[in-house]
Amino acid sequence: MTTRSRDRGYWVFLLPSFVLFTAVIVVPFLMNVGIGFTRWQGVGDPRWAGLDNYTRLFADERFWASFRNNVALIVAMAIVPTIIGLVLAATLFDYVGKKVGPRAASLLRAAYYLPQVLPVAVAGIVWGWIMHPQFGALNELLKLLGMEPRNWLGDPGWALPSVMVIMVWFQIGYPVVIFMSGLQRVDPALYEAAEIDGATWWRRFWHITIPQIRPEIYVVLLTCTIAALKVFGPIFVLTRGGPGGATLVPSYFSYQNFFEKANVGYGAAIATVLTLVIIVVTVFFMRIQDKES
Amino acid sequence: MIRKYSVLVSLVVLAVVMLVPFGVVTLNAVKSPADYSSGGPLSLPGELYLDGIVKFWNRVDFGGKLWNSLLISGSVAVLATVLSVLNAYALGIGRVRGRMWILVVFLVANTLPQEALVYPLYYLAKGVGLYDSRLAVIIIFTVIQSAFGTYLLASVLGRFPHEILEAAALDGAGKWRALWRIVVPISRPTLSVLLIFFFIWTWNEFFLPLVFLISNENQTVPVALGVLQGDKMMDATMSSASALLGILPAVVFFLIFQRTLTRGVTVGAVK
Repeated sequence: MTTRSRDRGYWVFLLPSFVLFTAVIVVPFLMNVGIGFTRWQGVGDPRWAGLDNYTRLFADERFWASFRNNVALIVAMAIVPTIIGLVLAATLFDYVGKKVGPRAASLLRAAYYLPQVLPVAVAGIVWGWIMHPQFGALNELLKLLGMEPRNWLGDPGWALPSVMVIMVWFQIGYPVVIFMSGLQRVDPALYEAAEIDGATWWRRFWHITIPQIRPEIYVVLLTCTIAALKVFGPIFVLTRGGPGGATLVPSYFSYQNFFEKANVGYGAAIATVLTLVIIVVTVFFMRIQDKES
Repeated sequence: MIRKYSVLVSLVVLAVVMLVPFGVVTLNAVKSPADYSSGGPLSLPGELYLDGIVKFWNRVDFGGKLWNSLLISGSVAVLATVLSVLNAYALGIGRVRGRMWILVVFLVANTLPQEALVYPLYYLAKGVGLYDSRLAVIIIFTVIQSAFGTYLLASVLGRFPHEILEAAALDGAGKWRALWRIVVPISRPTLSVLLIFFFIWTWNEFFLPLVFLISNENQTVPVALGVLQGDKMMDATMSSASALLGILPAVVFFLIFQRTLTRGVTVGAVK
């Protein structure tokens, strides 16, 4: 059998995927890019509008606000969980695992990971109830402590910080699990040698743990940043982008234009820009990763 | 000694803080409205009161929602795994030409935001009469999940021992037979991880099901709960009952699949 004929024989197996991919991903994506250049209400014929949607977009204060909010959510969903996750994973691995026992370490890990198993929309429902201005548990607790209750998700000044706290809670478990499994790869002799040399926990953390699990750190930062850029469920159930756009994010902004305002062309342009941002972020991370290795 | 305990205590405190929302929701889901209005959300329930859960269950036909979620997630898990295996067989073992580019396409498809597909999909689904059907959601997620599955499996099958396949070819087994009789059984551990992951990821999806499943009888659990959020008719105990019903299936899956999940998270993350 020649390589060529073998090659040809295997193409058949890609056929079902080729058809489905074209129908579900390729054509819709190209259509979305096309719709972005039109004015269209979803019914009737789209009218060609050239770059109108894009010029309007870049002048739209709400669009910029949605990206600023998205940056805040990247902090809450990627950066803060990575930092906390690093400290937690290192402590669980290097301290609890060794001095208290591996069972305690994996039990704690499971507790941190539990929110991650919830559908993110359900996590939003849980917190929507806890933060409810009238019957929520959070305000009740604050009253007990003699502090002032607030309308956490309904106050423009507090809505975004509240959503950020919820997302930190939701995300922490993921880096902890990934980093702990990465740490198993690290040669214990490195830690022992450092300990004999009198290195403090902090120095070991900084000079051994972090450099050793750098690949995991990149993966967590990349996947969490992408997740933050796509975030929709919690915004939908908690605030619907409000109050007054205080928690508006690009994905919800495009949804609004598609299905609530019948500005399909504008919504498509927002979605296209979001796609570009995600691709740029991905390429950027992969570049650094390549340079590192 | 003191240091050892202070570290441990702060870790335990954090664990408790992480779990408090689960506790508070459960506590109030089993409280009667009267109990709630006298004691508030932080008191212990005077007696076990399950009427709130039952009432909510019946009101939204939660059994139906569970069935929809199971049907959609289960179908997607199976179909997307099959599709991933077929693709990965061609890419990883068949090494078809241009496979690097094909893999890049799958990888890009996996990072595309669903927002950039949703309106055309909505429009096309309406055109072919699949709008507001579970089948539309099953087809879409089969493709989306298989993008990731192909990427992961292709690298696993790239390392598949070729001698076994050559021996089978000598025995007269065709490619199709070799796939089902040799490759699939040997890759079963990876395939089961994919199956479980596809199931749970699809279960947790919100955006596309929200757009596609507008009628009550088609909705999945997260969508049904999500659109009810902010409903004026919901009182405090019923709201927490709804949150608890959203939490429970996820926790059950977590307990069943815990090992596979933690293993799979790390397999999926660092390839």
